[in-house]
Amino acid sequence: MRKINTEVIEKKIYEMALHAGVNLTPACKTAMNNALKTEKNGAAAFALETLLKNAETAVNKQMPVCQDTGMAVVLLEIGQEVFLEGKPLAKAVNDGVKKAYADGYFRKSVCDPITRVNTGDNTPAVIHTEIVEGDKISITFMPKGFGSENMSRLFMLKPAQGVDGIIGAIVETVKLAGSRPCPPVYVGVGIGGTFDTCAFLAKKALTRDIGTSNPRGDIAEIERVALEKINALDIGCQGFHGSATALGVACEWAPTHIAGLPVAVDIQCHCVRCEKAVL
Amino acid sequence: MKNLQLPLTKETIKSLRAGDSVSLSGTILTARDCAHKRIFGYLKDGKPLPFDLKDAVIYYAGPCPAKPDMASGSCGPTTSARMDSFAPALLDLGLGAIIGKGEMCGEVREALKRNVCVYFAAIGGAGALYGNAIKKSECIAFEDLLSEAVYKLEVENFPAVVAFDCFGGSIY
Repeated sequence: MRKINTEVIEKKIYEMALHAGVNLTPACKTAMNNALKTEKNGAAAFALETLLKNAETAVNKQMPVCQDTGMAVVLLEIGQEVFLEGKPLAKAVNDGVKKAYADGYFRKSVCDPITRVNTGDNTPAVIHTEIVEGDKISITFMPKGFGSENMSRLFMLKPAQGVDGIIGAIVETVKLAGSRPCPPVYVGVGIGGTFDTCAFLAKKALTRDIGTSNPRGDIAEIERVALEKINALDIGCQGFHGSATALGVACEWAPTHIAGLPVAVDIQCHCVRCEKAVL
Repeated sequence: MKNLQLPLTKETIKSLRAGDSVSLSGTILTARDCAHKRIFGYLKDGKPLPFDLKDAVIYYAGPCPAKPDMASGSCGPTTSARMDSFAPALLDLGLGAIIGKGEMCGEVREALKRNVCVYFAAIGGAGALYGNAIKKSECIAFEDLLSEAVYKLEVENFPAVVAFDCFGGSIY
């Protein structure tokens, strides 16, 4: 058994949140640079250049790369040999988020869904915990903006719709979103499970680096074909047309029921911010 | 790249075409979801608005808080389509231009034509760059809405693209 005080988690969440708000992932920067190299449309190329310049400005001035510093999505994989001591885990995570969003001059974007009154400190965070083997804690911190989140969809397909149905659902979601989610987008897809696990898998897929493929060959093929079809839609960066509609498609899967084929498509804008750490 | 001083004259608006790159300088007002809801509450009740809409430029945005040494925090555009139902009425009341990101509906395009106004697309996600283009920021209404309040911004060399022109042209 290994004892970890939740204050250590709080401190790590604080550091990760501060860094995530300002810095794109290296894989995202690479993908954006590659998109610019092949973009032939003038207005879209101008937008891509502006965004790369923006990423540099954010780092130089240490200010948020996008004003939508998102809802704080936290994935925790906790080894079953870990004993957590100190304040409750959720409180530790939320305290870390609260302090980072204040100290980083990040926008507080969390509100009551009915009254729309802002909670004022960007909490509560969305916390997913999984118990895994071992004595470590893996933390993923992803600020999720809502211009893109709003364009996400979930489909309960029929098993007969198969792979074509899955690819169709992915491409249709990006097409319907059009210029609104700040393309080029990163597309997270959950395949299988139940209604809820499918949506979680789509979110989890977005924590993978752009450019990586699912280790399962047939799933990787869905990623490849869907990306090709999306980039033939001619939406382009900011909807100004061109070839850079998506930077990548990442699929995660789980076994499902014999009667169903759930597919969740979670849209992430080009501001991919995601931090990972192991305690 | 065309350098434009705000507010725009109708002659200037008529010279703009969808796809033109522009650089804006002058005064703009931020307003997004909650502020629009409140503005429409004022209009419904026949109460005067706390700011003048005539030839004003509304920027769909909600900034980050400013660091002590800066006029504004990061401040890129938010998705304009959420304001589709609000924009035509405000354009009919004298609003001069809109800045946001992404396509808006046909009714907005018609209202822009009818009133000789323009919709600019700012580059979504370029929050840090836009924050640096803001030289002065002052909250002028609905302060309790925090980042969703109405801020009067003085901007210099604010890059954008003409998304909808006053002739019905669209970049999308």
